[in-house]
Amino acid sequence: MEHHFQRLYEVLTQVQGFIYPNEVELYWSVLIVLYPYITGLVAGAFILASLERVFNVKVLKPTYHLALLTALAFLLIAVMPLVSHLGQPLRAYEIMMTPNPQSAMAIFGFVYLWYLMVVLLLEIWFDYRRDMILWLQTAKGFKRLMYQVLTLGSRDISPKALRFDDKAGYIITIIGIPSAFLLHGYVGFIFGSIKANPWWSSVLMPVIFLFSAMVSGIALVMMIYMVVSRFRKVVSDINALDTIAKFLFYILIMDFALEALDQVHRIYEAEESFDILHLLVNGKLFTSMFIFQIFLGTLVPLATLAVFQFYKPAVKIRRAIYFTISILVLFGIFFMRWNVVIGGQLFSKSFYGFTAYKNQFIGAEGYLMAWFWFLIPFAILAFLLWLLPPWKKVEELEEDTA
Amino acid sequence: MKSSQEKSSRRSFLKKGVVLAGGAVAATLIKPFNGVVLATERPEGDHPWYGIGIDIEKCIGCGNCASSCKLENPVPPQPFYFRNWVEQYTVMNDGSVKVESPNGGIGGFTQTVPEEDIFKSFFVPKMCNHCVKSPCTQVCPVGATFETPDGINLVDKSYCIGCGYCIQACPYGCRYMHPTEHVVDKCTLCYHRIKMGLLPACFEVCPTKARIFGNLNDPNSDLVRFIRDHSCRFLKPHLNTVPKLYYNALEEEVR
Repeated sequence: MEHHFQRLYEVLTQVQGFIYPNEVELYWSVLIVLYPYITGLVAGAFILASLERVFNVKVLKPTYHLALLTALAFLLIAVMPLVSHLGQPLRAYEIMMTPNPQSAMAIFGFVYLWYLMVVLLLEIWFDYRRDMILWLQTAKGFKRLMYQVLTLGSRDISPKALRFDDKAGYIITIIGIPSAFLLHGYVGFIFGSIKANPWWSSVLMPVIFLFSAMVSGIALVMMIYMVVSRFRKVVSDINALDTIAKFLFYILIMDFALEALDQVHRIYEAEESFDILHLLVNGKLFTSMFIFQIFLGTLVPLATLAVFQFYKPAVKIRRAIYFTISILVLFGIFFMRWNVVIGGQLFSKSFYGFTAYKNQFIGAEGYLMAWFWFLIPFAILAFLLWLLPPWKKVEELEEDTA
Repeated sequence: MKSSQEKSSRRSFLKKGVVLAGGAVAATLIKPFNGVVLATERPEGDHPWYGIGIDIEKCIGCGNCASSCKLENPVPPQPFYFRNWVEQYTVMNDGSVKVESPNGGIGGFTQTVPEEDIFKSFFVPKMCNHCVKSPCTQVCPVGATFETPDGINLVDKSYCIGCGYCIQACPYGCRYMHPTEHVVDKCTLCYHRIKMGLLPACFEVCPTKARIFGNLNDPNSDLVRFIRDHSCRFLKPHLNTVPKLYYNALEEEVR
């Protein structure tokens, strides 16, 4: 506790101008930055998967299952940064037991469960049911046990049953698209509906969150696809990468346009809060916003992808550039979340000054913990890829149904 | 004549469109929060509906209110946790504004601006506004923040999950996370005292009677008289939180 107060006394010396005395401590830390970041990755990865399934972008087939498993791996821990950030984590279940229907946060549990249980798990189950039954025949030990449990006792792989699987998967994806929109648009609404905070309170917030989610999810799948291919010692499909990059380009344009619109609107209206927000972006958020989010995370990828629409360098160079771009975009979107969550708490609601964010490396809300929650999904994904390898799936049954 | 392939692709497009639209409608139906705007119901008749008046012209910035609050209530002594505090506003001759509140005003103030630069200076005591449409109550995901029937905004500490959403939602900075209880804490208007017919601690100790406590439902109360006799204003009225804290002589610099 003494350490906590010590840190706050240090922050107190860094306060600029006037802030309300209760505003010295910044309550939503880097863990709350991770929360919209991770849910965004989920929503984005799912939307990329749905492109193949619903919109029939066949060239994306190599990444379809990978995208779904990525979404699942990240969704499984999406609530953990939130729960571990609570003052009373053991009371977290109350949000499901006695939700306040007027609270924007209250239905998060339901939206989350809907997305996890009804959309992702069901879809992946129908997608893998046949394969799990087939793999069960040869698998041994733990893997066999897992397949036995996960098939839920179903053993029917007749063409009729497979056709049903396919249809069910299709319908779930169709339900899944608005659900993914809801999941992340809703996260944006949690911030956008806070009228006390002019940096958050924007009707565009859910839409911006949604598009940035798509951008980050697509970049993540692109990166993971290349890494997984490298590990499997196979060549990643450049056509799939080109197509993903094309979608990334389009959605990045929309995302950038929306964010620019939000800022232009703010600047042009120049309301009461304008002066303090102006100081904020030019001061405390300068690096994380102009350098990280806008320049490295948006403009560089955007310019590169724009050039690629006219001139495509050799495949090998293209791969390396796609990899770099995906990292840059992931980096940039993380700082977009940072700028929203941390930025929104740095200035005082009196509009007369700033507090400082001084996080520590160790501790329940430190950077180490944030890295932990960010890296866990990759471990889960590795496990999922071991258990449900997309590349070992028996070829789809298009031939039978065609 | 259109080919059958074209027709079937159009049909499948329409089908997909209808399903997508249906999905979107279904998705919006599970959002229950687009219901009514939150507002506490004002009781009728004799039932009390408590409010606060603060006369800025009378405040001398002694900080007794802020220190008595920490004595009366379990507010941590460190200078990061306040249920109420006092701000000193100094408007300079060049129009710029300096605001200070060292340790919430506990122990009083010293003017740091040279006298010849000062256009005017005044003190503004701050505390929970006990809003009728309190954003903090609206956002609490579990309903741990609630309004009593007499219009006081409280936190059920045995129920709060410590998410901090209400801290973000309060436009006046009146809430904080208790460092040892790990739940949100705020002004209760000394509910334990007013239920016994006593004044809240900060009202009790104010030497100039700059604070007026009373029942807004009683036309003869000191508070109703104060509101009638002065031109009172709220803090941040554009946010439509409808505070029950009325300030006399509130200057536009105050936020």
